[in-house]
Amino acid sequence: MASLDRVKVLVLGDSGVGKSSLVHLLCQNQVLGNPSWTVGCSVDVRVHDYKEGTPEEKTYYIELWDVGGSVGSASSVKSTRAVFYNSVNGIILVHDLTNKKSSQNLYRWSLEALNRDLVPSGVLVTNGDYDREQFADNQIPLLVIGTKLDQIHETKRHEVLTRTAFLAEDFNAEEINLDCTNPRYLAAGSSNAVKLSRFFDKVIIPGFPDRKRFGGGTLKSLHYD
Amino acid sequence: MSFLIDSSIMITSQILFFGFGWLFFMRQLFKDYEVRQYVVQVIFSVTFAFSCTMFELIIFEILKVLNSSSRYFHWKMNLCVILLILVFMVPFYIGYFIVSNIRLLHKQRLLFSCLLWLTFMYFFWKLGDPFPILSPKHGILSIEQLISRVGVIGVTLMALLSGFGAVNCPYTYMSYFLRNVTDADILALERRLLQTMDMIISKKKRMAMTRRTMFQKGEVHNKPSGFWGMIKSVTTSAPGSENLTLIQQEVDALEELSRQLFLETADLYATKERIEYSKTFKGKYFNFLGYFFSIYCVWKIFMATINIVFDRVGKTDPVTRGIEITVNYLGIQFDVKFWSQHISFILVGIIIVTSIRGLLITLTKGMYFVSSVLLIRMSMPLEYRTIITEVLGELQFNFYHRWFDVIFLVSALSSILFLYLAHKQAPEKHMAP
Repeated sequence: MASLDRVKVLVLGDSGVGKSSLVHLLCQNQVLGNPSWTVGCSVDVRVHDYKEGTPEEKTYYIELWDVGGSVGSASSVKSTRAVFYNSVNGIILVHDLTNKKSSQNLYRWSLEALNRDLVPSGVLVTNGDYDREQFADNQIPLLVIGTKLDQIHETKRHEVLTRTAFLAEDFNAEEINLDCTNPRYLAAGSSNAVKLSRFFDKVIIPGFPDRKRFGGGTLKSLHYD
Repeated sequence: MSFLIDSSIMITSQILFFGFGWLFFMRQLFKDYEVRQYVVQVIFSVTFAFSCTMFELIIFEILKVLNSSSRYFHWKMNLCVILLILVFMVPFYIGYFIVSNIRLLHKQRLLFSCLLWLTFMYFFWKLGDPFPILSPKHGILSIEQLISRVGVIGVTLMALLSGFGAVNCPYTYMSYFLRNVTDADILALERRLLQTMDMIISKKKRMAMTRRTMFQKGEVHNKPSGFWGMIKSVTTSAPGSENLTLIQQEVDALEELSRQLFLETADLYATKERIEYSKTFKGKYFNFLGYFFSIYCVWKIFMATINIVFDRVGKTDPVTRGIEITVNYLGIQFDVKFWSQHISFILVGIIIVTSIRGLLITLTKGMYFVSSVLLIRMSMPLEYRTIITEVLGELQFNFYHRWFDVIFLVSALSSILFLYLAHKQAPEKHMAP
């Protein structure tokens, strides 16, 4: 039925931005009733139909690893977190639309996660500052999600959304802005749902390098069942 | 004329402290968050400024800077303002912010915050009853009443903190207590952690697939097939959901395990860093200080016990006594009075600086300061005590010292117990395969 290969997506962001609520919404299609502090890492699984609606449709399990903590944590906590960053297929960066600092910290989060993966290939990072060139080389798809959209007043919305558009552009990623307590933002057929599904498709493709797009017919024969 | 000069000096220093408190608030306390209500920042800086001025006044008192009468005036004024902020404004704002966070009471938040404040005042007042601080000479709303209550709370908090600090400080600095951690230990734990995460994932995959098939089957069953169809759907879908709850329980247990493993791994990394740090120069220096400090802490605990057992309150300050002992023992010709004055001044300075630092790190602001003043009185030679006694009225200082000793002892002993248990538990966990 579904592939045996693993698809791992990290969900990163500051404390309290709403990662756990988001992951719960994505995986169980329900709003999380009692959010509490995430200690360590919590994982959830989303069943995703790759290439939905086409004859090549296939079901995959996407693992969403929700890593708790803050960028300013002690280095012992950072070293412990680093064990979760192995062999990642995609990263979702979550920030709080009402808190500018959480958006700024996303650069540090992405560096923390990507440095772990880039080291084996010999790419050295000399300082902790954000450098666009590192992202240009990056093969791992990113997605930027802004939460607590309902708490932004109508008048400020435009300014906030322009700011987040710049942010997403820096990461060369798509962006979605929503409210995790309202499932209608991710309702089937909405533009957010389409972006999400496109992101997951991008995450799945590079994981299977033999799945080159030759044409419609050959894909079916490469299924692992 | 001199009064004006003195006042302007005081006010400039107050503004300086205010600015410093503001900066500190922005840089240290709120580094990773955004300040939404500037009121909080203003109140913090104001309280900080006035508290620092109080200490400044003590220093001026010792150094005999500024005019005596203007000092007295500023002292009284400062005290009034601080008490006002402490007893009226801060609790009110705390209540206000708590209430505005509860969505239900959003409309009448002003009313509810007043109610909260009144409850706070009631308990605050009640606090005074069991303690011997009521002096029949003064009225209800006098300064002495308020100070005595604030003093009790502050002294308790300070004793708790110093009791814990006295035990925790040597424990952290001394390498004797560091367990030996190797890289292999850390790797083994990390492997266990990842294995647990994999188990959680496989169980969640099963749950997700079961849910999906149930959802699809449910759709099939939801066809309006009448009475019998409904009965059939009840009996056939029951095992599916039972399975789910069973797996969910297993997942909960595994998640708890993964949290424990994560915390243990973080702990091991921290210990490893401390071991490396202790091998450096700075580490060795702090280690030595740690031994020194632990002896001092043990002495303090001992003295507290003796004070309680023998019902004695320290009458002379420790520095003068120490110098007297050294002089008598070593027979050195010393002008005791001259040196003790300067040394005790330095000691008071150190206490002030560490108090400020300790205060900036903990959150027990104004009460901490007022009670520090009360206790600093203990460390200073007799001459300096006059002005403080004059301003603060006839509070029962002996009571405070007894109270401090008791709470200090209790806190130190309980923190020793707590640290001992924590220390014992950890190596046992790692011994298990």
